[in-house]
Amino acid sequence: MPLSTAEPEALTTPTVAAPDPPTGPPQFESWGRYPKYGAKVVPLNWRSDFPAALAGAHNGALPVGLGRSYGDVCLLEGGTLLQTTGMSRLIDFDPETGILTAEAGISLAQILDFAVPRGFFLPVTPGTKYVTLGGAIANDIHGKNHEVAGSFGNHVPCFELVRSDGSRRLCSPTENPDWYAATIAGMGLTGLITWAQLRLRPIVSRGIDYEGIQFHGIDEFLELKQRYSQVEYTVSWLDCVSTGKNFARGILMLGEHSQAPGELKRSPEPKLVFPFDAPAFALNRTTVSMFNAVFFHKQRKAHVKALRDYESFFYPLDAVLHWNRMYGKRGLTQFQYAIPWEHAKEGTIAILREIAKSGLASFLAVLKAFGNIPSLGMMSFPQPGIMFALDFPIKPGVTFPLLERLGDMTLEYGGRLYPAKDAAMTAAQFQTFYPEWRRFARFRDPMLTSSFWERVTDSTGAKPTV
Amino acid sequence: MSIPSALDPQPSATSPASLTPNAKITKKILVLGATSGIAEATCRIWAAQGAQLFLVARNAEKLAAVAADLKLRGAAYVGTAVADLDDTGKHAELLAHAVNSLTGMDIAYLAYGILGDQARGEQDFEHAAQILHSNFVAPVSLLTWLANFCVQRRSGVLAVLSSVAGERGRKSNYLYGSSKAGLTAFLAGLRNRIDREGVTVLTIKPGPVNTAMTAHMNIKKADVNKVAAAIVKAIDAKKDNLYVPGIFQPIMFIIRNIPERIFKKLNL
Repeated sequence: MPLSTAEPEALTTPTVAAPDPPTGPPQFESWGRYPKYGAKVVPLNWRSDFPAALAGAHNGALPVGLGRSYGDVCLLEGGTLLQTTGMSRLIDFDPETGILTAEAGISLAQILDFAVPRGFFLPVTPGTKYVTLGGAIANDIHGKNHEVAGSFGNHVPCFELVRSDGSRRLCSPTENPDWYAATIAGMGLTGLITWAQLRLRPIVSRGIDYEGIQFHGIDEFLELKQRYSQVEYTVSWLDCVSTGKNFARGILMLGEHSQAPGELKRSPEPKLVFPFDAPAFALNRTTVSMFNAVFFHKQRKAHVKALRDYESFFYPLDAVLHWNRMYGKRGLTQFQYAIPWEHAKEGTIAILREIAKSGLASFLAVLKAFGNIPSLGMMSFPQPGIMFALDFPIKPGVTFPLLERLGDMTLEYGGRLYPAKDAAMTAAQFQTFYPEWRRFARFRDPMLTSSFWERVTDSTGAKPTV
Repeated sequence: MSIPSALDPQPSATSPASLTPNAKITKKILVLGATSGIAEATCRIWAAQGAQLFLVARNAEKLAAVAADLKLRGAAYVGTAVADLDDTGKHAELLAHAVNSLTGMDIAYLAYGILGDQARGEQDFEHAAQILHSNFVAPVSLLTWLANFCVQRRSGVLAVLSSVAGERGRKSNYLYGSSKAGLTAFLAGLRNRIDREGVTVLTIKPGPVNTAMTAHMNIKKADVNKVAAAIVKAIDAKKDNLYVPGIFQPIMFIIRNIPERIFKKLNL
């Protein structure tokens, strides 16, 4: 389709003529449970439900899936959230090519339930399987195999994009390539992805050949990473609380799909549910230090090898549903950056020192390298260099000033932050991290927006306050 | 493999037996109202078990999407027919075709019904009659044929979605509720007649479930997949009644036993 007919609806904001903004407790929260915004939730159960479901959406709308992004990229204050999880049907599967076609609201957990017994696995998986196919595309998520596989969008040969004007586009690298590039990592703003194809990879076992190697400091991490650069899955857990001789100690975790034929049955349903909001004091410097020491020394030897099930290797936290309640009702946010190799080491050390100094760190810190395979999305987060992610509890007056400092440091070292994990980056930071944002804005559907988008494109520079 | 439609002249040509000659014997299930949220979730469990399914629904596009999904999820056979089940005159032909296509039937799952619009039905008898027809009259027609089919073979399960709303009329939904009350009473009588003939009748009474039918209701709703799992289990156990979630059994006991002079003043 000629772009001249498709591009013009530029930076218009949906009409803000509010009839009755939804009130009461929010029905839909992001994973960080911060910020909390009221919105109307409208389920999409069929591919044909959109755009008809927009009727009565006066404050804009946003397609959402399982709400596993942390901040406000999946929220729209006072607007309409179009929840796609009912659109979860399989459409086609070709065992020769491994290409699965499915509706966009299907979760990666459901895809695994289908694929694993048939000897296939996700080409790229994040640290939770409770995300939707559409959400994985819209955030162009990455996994532990970024260096060998790139990000999620690299394995999506095509998808259908439906706009609020009812127009439908098949998007692929050759068909509507601009819309394809804008929609991968497009944060749900370019239209509704109704279905997508995903290229699965063959496996012969649920098993993962695992190796865990302790390291002390960023130099040792980089050396180990170099030595094991051929391993498919690599990720490190990092202790962000300790200082002195234990500064930046961690465990490099390596994995390969086992080549020995093994069991291929589907996973059981998780049984554990974190039952209540933990009190605000539950996570503090002492408890986190204790956790980190236990985690580091749980691995008795400096180097271990084992055969592990893919569930415990990829999704250890999925075993406890609603683990985010551990952070109490104030919630949590995540700080995640990618800094290019040029400044990766000095930037990482400087940021880690700043975090350790703050005393605000939590125990879920992850360090890994991003490889050279270019992401296909205009707004994709991954870039070659070091990626680091850390959860922070929301503490009034403490968390956001720290996050702003860390954001500025990331900027200074040439890095960028990840919208899917963010509740804090300023408009100025975002617009420097993602210089393509103005071009991307031309592809946004005029009816669709998010609280994140409103925040980071707001020229008044409004900042979140806590 | 193509999915036979209602118009296939020779269902036996694509009969399940010829499609999966070596497969173990699997359940043969007729699903009426197959695009309903609860029905689809239940069918996904059966599909993963390798069941043979025949699906009936009104909307051809939605039915095709559901059928393709269930086939991929492992159903050994998926037949479909597009039909408006309000049309009782076509029931006998439709049901005969379905059981022919399945070459038998172990379970009939009736998930056909509408919530309707209570406020509209209070003013407009035509709409009230529509609710009673879709939720009571049409199911009675379907169940009469199915019960006699099962009695003749002295086996089978008739699993029917009624509702907790049928336990006591409430001002917020007594049209829907009375249609389901009628259905529940019909099923109790049918069970009393044919249980001794080897046919199980299961009355399923869900509370509010998170599906398209209840999307507009801002109340606590049960997860449809958990409800579906409970239904499959109750069918396998040949239960007579199922409240799902189970908490509705004591809740409805209380609701049924509130004295009328108090109940009539409540806002329920």
